[in-house]
Amino acid sequence: MTDLLFLADFSVIRPEPGLFVWTVLIFSVFWWLMAKYAFKPIQQALKAREDDIQNSLDEAKRAREEMANLNAENEKLLAQASEERAKILKEAKEAKQAIIAEAKEKAKEEAKKIVANAKNDIENLRMAAVTDLKNQVGNISIEIAEKILREQLKGDAAKEGYVKSLVDEIKLN
Amino acid sequence: MKKIIISLLSLCLLTFAVSAQDHDDHSGDATEEHHESGDHHAEGDHHEGGCHCHDASEDEFDPGETAFHHIMDVNAFHLYGDIYIPLPCILYAPEHGWSFFLSSKFELHEHGDGHKAIDGYVMHHGEVMRVQDQSFPKGEVAVKCFGSTHEGDKEIFQVIYEGDCYNLDKKSTWDGGMLGGGITSYYDFSITKNVFTMLLALFLLFFMFRRVAKAYTTRKGEAPKGIQSLIEPIFVFMRDEVAIPFLGPKYEKYLPFLMSIFFFILGLNLIGQIPFFPGSGNVTGNLAVTMVLALFAFFVTNLSGNKHYWEHIFWMPGVPAWVKTILTPVEVMGLIIKPLTLMLRLFANITAGHIVIIIFVSLIFVFGQAGESIGGSVLGGFIAVPLTLFMMAIELLVAFIQAFVFCILTASYIGAAIEDHHHEAEHH
Repeated sequence: MTDLLFLADFSVIRPEPGLFVWTVLIFSVFWWLMAKYAFKPIQQALKAREDDIQNSLDEAKRAREEMANLNAENEKLLAQASEERAKILKEAKEAKQAIIAEAKEKAKEEAKKIVANAKNDIENLRMAAVTDLKNQVGNISIEIAEKILREQLKGDAAKEGYVKSLVDEIKLN
Repeated sequence: MKKIIISLLSLCLLTFAVSAQDHDDHSGDATEEHHESGDHHAEGDHHEGGCHCHDASEDEFDPGETAFHHIMDVNAFHLYGDIYIPLPCILYAPEHGWSFFLSSKFELHEHGDGHKAIDGYVMHHGEVMRVQDQSFPKGEVAVKCFGSTHEGDKEIFQVIYEGDCYNLDKKSTWDGGMLGGGITSYYDFSITKNVFTMLLALFLLFFMFRRVAKAYTTRKGEAPKGIQSLIEPIFVFMRDEVAIPFLGPKYEKYLPFLMSIFFFILGLNLIGQIPFFPGSGNVTGNLAVTMVLALFAFFVTNLSGNKHYWEHIFWMPGVPAWVKTILTPVEVMGLIIKPLTLMLRLFANITAGHIVIIIFVSLIFVFGQAGESIGGSVLGGFIAVPLTLFMMAIELLVAFIQAFVFCILTASYIGAAIEDHHHEAEHH
């Protein structure tokens, strides 16, 4: 009995059709309005921003990785370069030695050639000198012979005439 | 721990208040029945001696009744003293048709009683009521005062007009008469205090969220600022801790609904915490409101239920047939019980909070013997103020917790309805 009396005053527990209808109406409008103009745009914006942040982080991570890669590559390149340099230096040294050896060889050959030429020239000159000498000797012998003949033939006009004719004959030749 | 102590304390106080009220009602019963013996309006036997005005100033202060009056839905917004903000009345009586007018037309005075009757409607305790008797004059007439009589267990309010008593009908309610209501001669579709509060919450929340949503486009790529940074953590929390864990990858489809539920309840709870206009409306502590919210949750859940969900309800896979005969009725009952608990939990929490705060404030009047003892009032004040302050802080927490609980449970129900059972199918 008392319970029912207590409930009689407790009006909030009795669902009223009027309030029910208004609540349905207001909540439907609220749901529609908020979904369209608030919750969906906010969710989109938050999602876009989160994607943005994620992308930026990914980007940074990628950049860092790239940097690390680049560094590693640089080091590798550096190592390669120094290796290359060593190789080049070694090759250069070898080349130098080869060139020097070749040059020496060539110089030797040249020297030989020069010596040979010189010998040849000397021979030629000697031959020329010998020939010249022979000629000189010949000439001198002839002159001497001439002088001797002239001495012998002095005073002997006839002989002289004869010799003269002989000489003339020679000259004509 | 503290909350438990406080709850126990408030429960004790509440029981005390209610039992005190019962005592009053009993004593009232006896005297009134004496007076009214032989006076029945239906018999057409009106004599002035049987009708007596209920003089509120002679009543002893009753905290229970005060609390019940404060939490109920009314047709005029009480500011202070005799000042009321009128609200539109939209009333429908099947035999009379529609009536539209502002509640100021009742010419309200103390305790929400109206001086005027309009088309057979009067206002008593801030609530529109209708005169049962069809012979009561239509149009605007002045009424003298209000009283009450008892028919069995039911207290029936009366209006005294030209020396005659007229029984009053309360508005129709859908409790089937079990909770003291039932279908009466009229329906009240008015913009009541609760409807007004809901509209206020709708506008406030909409403009607030519109600003927040706009800030995301105008301040794109910038850090949130002002109201945006207030809403964003709550929004993100609800999304990441409620929507995503329960709903999985399809959460975005249900996000607006869950957010609407959460912010609607939260907004109404918080507006209800404000003790003066435009707050104080006990909206989420009204069963009609929580019923609608629970029904929305029910329909959203069951309209999105997939094949597996219904299979698990009607024909649970992997259990013997005889178990199914027990399990199926339990599951089907569960369909109804889930929204029912949603409805009752929110209603009970918010109503209890409002009642406890009013009871604590009432301590001042209880100790002060309704203003007769100044010393008692001061003592009551010293007890009531810290208790009320503490209770209001607790209620602030409850406002958030109840909105959150309603939302998270709705999310879990929807989550169960849309869940894919691929992993389970592999087991069987």
